[in-house]
Parts: sequence; C-alpha cells; structure tokens
Amino acid sequence: MSAAIVFGLCGAAVAGLGLYGLIADPRPLRKIVAFNLLGSGVFMVFGVVARRGAASGFGGDPVPQALVITGVVVAFSATALAVALLLRLFQVTGSATLNTEAPAGTGTDPADA
Amino acid sequence: MPYPASVPGDVTTTGGFLLVLSVVIPVAGVLLAFVLGGRQAERVVLATMPLGLVIALAILVTLRQAGAPLIYLLGGWAPPLGVALRADGLSAVMMAITAVVIGAVGVFARVDFRTPRGSIEARAPFAFWILLLAIWGALNMVFLGGDLFTLYVALELLTFSAVPLVCLDGRAETLQAALRYLLFALLGAVLYLVGTALLYGSYGTLDIVLLSRRVHAEPATVVAAALMTAGLLAKTALFPLHLWLPPAHAGAPAAASAVLSGLVVKGSFFIVIRLWFDVFADLPSFVLAQLLAALGAAAILFGSVVALRQERLKLLVAYSTLAQIGYLFLMFPLAFDAGSTRLASGGALAGGLLQAISHAAAKAAMFMSAGLIYAALGHDRIVGLGGVGRALPVSVFAFALGGVALVGVPPSGAYLAKELLLQAASATEQWWWAVVIQAGGIFTSSYVLLVLAHALAPADASITLRAPVGRIQEASAAALALCSLLLGLAPWQAYLPAPDGIAPSTPALEALSASLWPLLGGAAVAILLGRKGDRLPRIPLGQVVAATVGPARRAALALSRPIERIDNMLRQWPAAGLSLLALAVLLGAALLAASR
Repeated sequence: MSAAIVFGLCGAAVAGLGLYGLIADPRPLRKIVAFNLLGSGVFMVFGVVARRGAASGFGGDPVPQALVITGVVVAFSATALAVALLLRLFQVTGSATLNTEAPAGTGTDPADA
Repeated sequence: MPYPASVPGDVTTTGGFLLVLSVVIPVAGVLLAFVLGGRQAERVVLATMPLGLVIALAILVTLRQAGAPLIYLLGGWAPPLGVALRADGLSAVMMAITAVVIGAVGVFARVDFRTPRGSIEARAPFAFWILLLAIWGALNMVFLGGDLFTLYVALELLTFSAVPLVCLDGRAETLQAALRYLLFALLGAVLYLVGTALLYGSYGTLDIVLLSRRVHAEPATVVAAALMTAGLLAKTALFPLHLWLPPAHAGAPAAASAVLSGLVVKGSFFIVIRLWFDVFADLPSFVLAQLLAALGAAAILFGSVVALRQERLKLLVAYSTLAQIGYLFLMFPLAFDAGSTRLASGGALAGGLLQAISHAAAKAAMFMSAGLIYAALGHDRIVGLGGVGRALPVSVFAFALGGVALVGVPPSGAYLAKELLLQAASATEQWWWAVVIQAGGIFTSSYVLLVLAHALAPADASITLRAPVGRIQEASAAALALCSLLLGLAPWQAYLPAPDGIAPSTPALEALSASLWPLLGGAAVAILLGRKGDRLPRIPLGQVVAATVGPARRAALALSRPIERIDNMLRQWPAAGLSLLALAVLLGAALLAASR
C-alpha cells in the first residue's frame, strides 16, 4: 500500500466521520465542527489527487493545492457565517438549538429538528 | 447556441470584456457600498443597476451578432492552465432575466429598506443593499464560469449572500431558518467539491469544454457525477431535499424572498444543466433521466398539495416554488435521446430554461405582492384576505398576473415552455410526462385561484390598512408580472436551442381557449383541497357546489393528510440528510446500470 493510498483512505475516513456528525448530531455547533471535519477530509483527498496526478519529476501537481487553498478560504468564511448566525440565535433565544417550538399563528411546523 | 461542439477555446472573442464587466461591476459596487456605508450604500447599488442591465443587454446583442459563444480568457491563459469565462445563449438569457428581476426588486425595496431619517446607518438596509448586489455578481459568475471549480466558488458566494437575507429582521425563527439553510447548503456544496476532486484526478482539468471531450463512463466519473448532482439538488431544494426552503423563503422580507425564490435557486439549477448537457453529456442513462423527472413529479405533487393546505400566503407561495422547481426537472427525460444516450440540447432544454426564466419573473412578482398585502393587513392568513381585492387592487392584480403567467396562459413564457415540453414529450413518445406537465398546470392554477377567490371575496368587516402601500412598489410588482406574461413574445430562437423554431403551433385564439381548461381543473382542485374560512369564498354557485362536493372534499382531504405528514417528516434533519445520501447512491446506481 503506497503512502498516497493510506493518505486517501484517511481522508475518506475523516470525511465519513464529518458526514455522520453533520447528519446525525442535532446540536448546531457540533454540526459546524462536523462540517469542518468533512471539509478537511475532502481537502486531504485533493492532496492525494495532487500526488497521483504529478508529472514525473514533480512532487505534486500544484493545481489541486491551489484549489485546496481556495477551498479552505471558502470553508473558513462558511464557518464564520454559521458561527455568527448561531451566536445571534443564542443571544435572541437563550438556547442554541434548531428545534423550533411553533410560535402561535406563524404556521411553521413543530419539531424542525 | 449550445457551446460544447465547436468552441475554439483558446482565444478571447470580441466583446469578451463584457463578461468580465458583468462580474466586476457588481463586485466593485459591493466594495464601494461597503466602504461608503450608510445612505450611500443604497445610492451605489441603485446606480449600479442600470449599468448591469446595459451590460446584460450588450451581451445579448453581441452574442446575436457573433453567432458564437463569447469567451474571455483570464490573463490570456488558455485552459487547462487558465480559467475561461464563457457566455452562450443560455447564460445570456439567464443574465438578462437576472438583471431585470434585480432591478425591479431594487425599485421595490427602496421603500422597505430606506435608511431612516436622522440615522447615519441602519443595519438591515445596509446589509440588504450590499447582499443584493453580491447575489447579482455571484449569479453572473455562475452563468459565465467556464470551469467547475469557479462554479463551486460562485455557488458558495451565492449561498453566503443569500443566507443573511433570510434573517434580516433578526427574529429567532428566521435565524433558525437561515442557519438550517446554510448548513444544508454547505453539505450539498461539499458533495459537489468531492466530485470536482475526483474529476480533476481522472482527467487533469476542470474546464467544462475540455471535460466534455474527455469524460467517459468509468467508476470515478460516475461517483463524481452522482455526488455533484445530489449536492446541487440539495442547493436547488428539489424534493425530497427541501427542508430549508419553506421557512427560509417564507420568513424573509418580501424583497429578499423575491430574489431567493426567483433567482437564487436557479443558480444551482443552471449548474445542473451545465453538468448534464455539457460535462457529462456522454454519461446519462434512460433510468437517470426518468429518476430526475420522477423527483420533479413528486415535488409538483407534494409542493402543490401542501401549498393548498397552508394557512399563510407567504408559505403558500414558498411551497409553490417547491412545485415549480419540480417542473424544471421534467425536461431531462424529454431531452434524452435514446439512440445516442445523450441529453440533446433541443426543444426540451429550451422549454426547461424558459420555464425557469418565466418562473423567476412571475414568482418574484408574486412574493412582492404577497409582501405588500402582508404589510398592509399586518397578517397574511389566506382565509382572512377578504376585501383585499378592493383595498389593494393593484397588488392583487399583480399577484393574479404573476399567477396567470405561471399557469401558462398565452403569451406567457410558461405557456411557450409548456408547448415545447409537450412537443418533446410527444416526439419522444413519453405520454406519462405529458400527463405530469398538464397536472402541474392544473395544480398551479388551483393555488393561484384559491388565493384570488379569498382576496376577491367581500370583507367580513371593513378592513383597515395598517400602512399605506407604495404606488411604486405596486407598480414594480405589476411590471415584473407583466414581463413574465409577455415573455412568450421575445425572440428566443437566437438564444435557445430549438430545431423546429420556437413558435406556438396552434393559432392564438385556440391556444387561449385550450389554456382555460387547466384553470377549470385548478378550480376543482382548489375547491376539494383549499383552506376555507368560516364561509365559502364567493365562487359562482358556491353553495350548490359545496352541497355536491362535500363527500369528494372529505375524501380529497383524507388523501392530502398523509402527503402533509410525509412532507413534515422529510423536513427533519436526519431524514433530509439520509435522503441526500440515498439520492446520491440512487443516481450512481442509475448511471452504473447504463454503463455496463
């Protein structure tokens, strides 16, 4: 088993853990952390792609690395936005949950987990 | 004018700079508005709007003169090393409708998002104007982006500018809706990103034109296609991945809802088109095309039935968006060419895109008029709308015009779209999709008629308006609805692919009478399923009808209850997350089944 394959499998495992957390965990902060885990797994896969796609004589293809840097910036902005929303939600309601008790008359459904 | 076949690919065409301008100008506007701040932000944005509209029109004209896609190579570097911006007919018409809708929303929002006298800067107006321009820039990027990673970044920018619009008023439930929207959209975006990694690993490029030449069915490509499509469907809110859409679109301020519902969901839909008609053109299978349209048909059924059962007007309009998104996906099996197992860019594609464009204008108008009604009454309970028709005639008229345009009464764009889709259905002998298309029209007219029946009924007591309604607001909603209604007359042949030309086959008068029977069917559905107040809305012979349809209505309601319950269940996080994964697996299986 080459280093690239081990690295790729690790990336897949990290992404899988993140995916599980994002879908299964009801707490928004955990969801945000899980999203970052998922993102990191995907960036690792990009790293493997760079290694495997390199022309002979090069350590790695630079394009996927450039993509990862952009991806990191995007994931960072997403996290910042999500945390800002969550903080604001906590200020307004005093709890950080996505469970809504339907406020009377607004017609939203209860238990939007 | 679809672009894969004969693109030179390595030169900037004349007029290519227009593509750069259409992205740079909104972004420059965002930065300038951010720096100047306060009252100046609104002025900067409003000054940018006509400029953007002129650029969109210039691209339309240049494209028609050139007869070939416009290309701009950033920094002069040709793909695969560089990044290209490309505009074909599809991008050009989407950019034009975006400019029109954003302009109308801008005029509409001047009243709601005015910086109050005496204050230097107010949070909500400042955020709204900047985000509106950011959405515009991101959408133009989505329509022009020539490689899959640029599209990813554009899509994320679109989401990041759309999410805060949901919670501008800062109420707890809109904050929750925004957070849910963001998290689910991020999940979709990551799946898309995995797909781009796999494609780059297999083919060494992400350029759409280069990929369309190199892609062939192999496991990594199939997995990439399935993941990317599932991710984009999550962002488009195609059933069953719609958990975020109703609260987000119904909770946002009217001007924001109009943009979110009319334009933002079209961004990811457009990338689905790019993927399947260009990048993966060799990949589709019969099963895959049928699967996508089956989800669309389910979206029409669920969206329409749940819309009819809503208590609030804005939620009804939001669920109608869900149904209309389903309608857009009906084009995939109709465009599928069984001989070459490719998706052909023909009448079906033109019909699908035309439907998206008409929906953009019509739905924005409907959300704007719903917002006006809400602001004037202080509530938007559908059964309490009696008397609104008299108090706010222009708003109700705009809603009606938008609704009629969506139903597909000639000469609306939706009518032309329906014609094209039905022609494709009969040409490919898929009568079942023709049935779904007609049923979709009936459902659409049912919820439009339900609202109008309540709005035109006399008031129980004389209604007092909480706030006066701005004439200019009513006018911009009505103008947008009128635009959707007249879209069928625009010269589409130059931009959309249609081998037999895009002209209605039947004489105008005959077409008009043929378009009336979905309205009749819609009236029947509305009577069977619609919400009622203490008394019936004044439909002709209402009492007689009520006596005869009582049992039928009870049966229809019994059928609608499980649909509402399933919709409620699917809008839970775990259910939606699992359906996203299941959908990705299903799409992959549908592709693999074909490739062996």
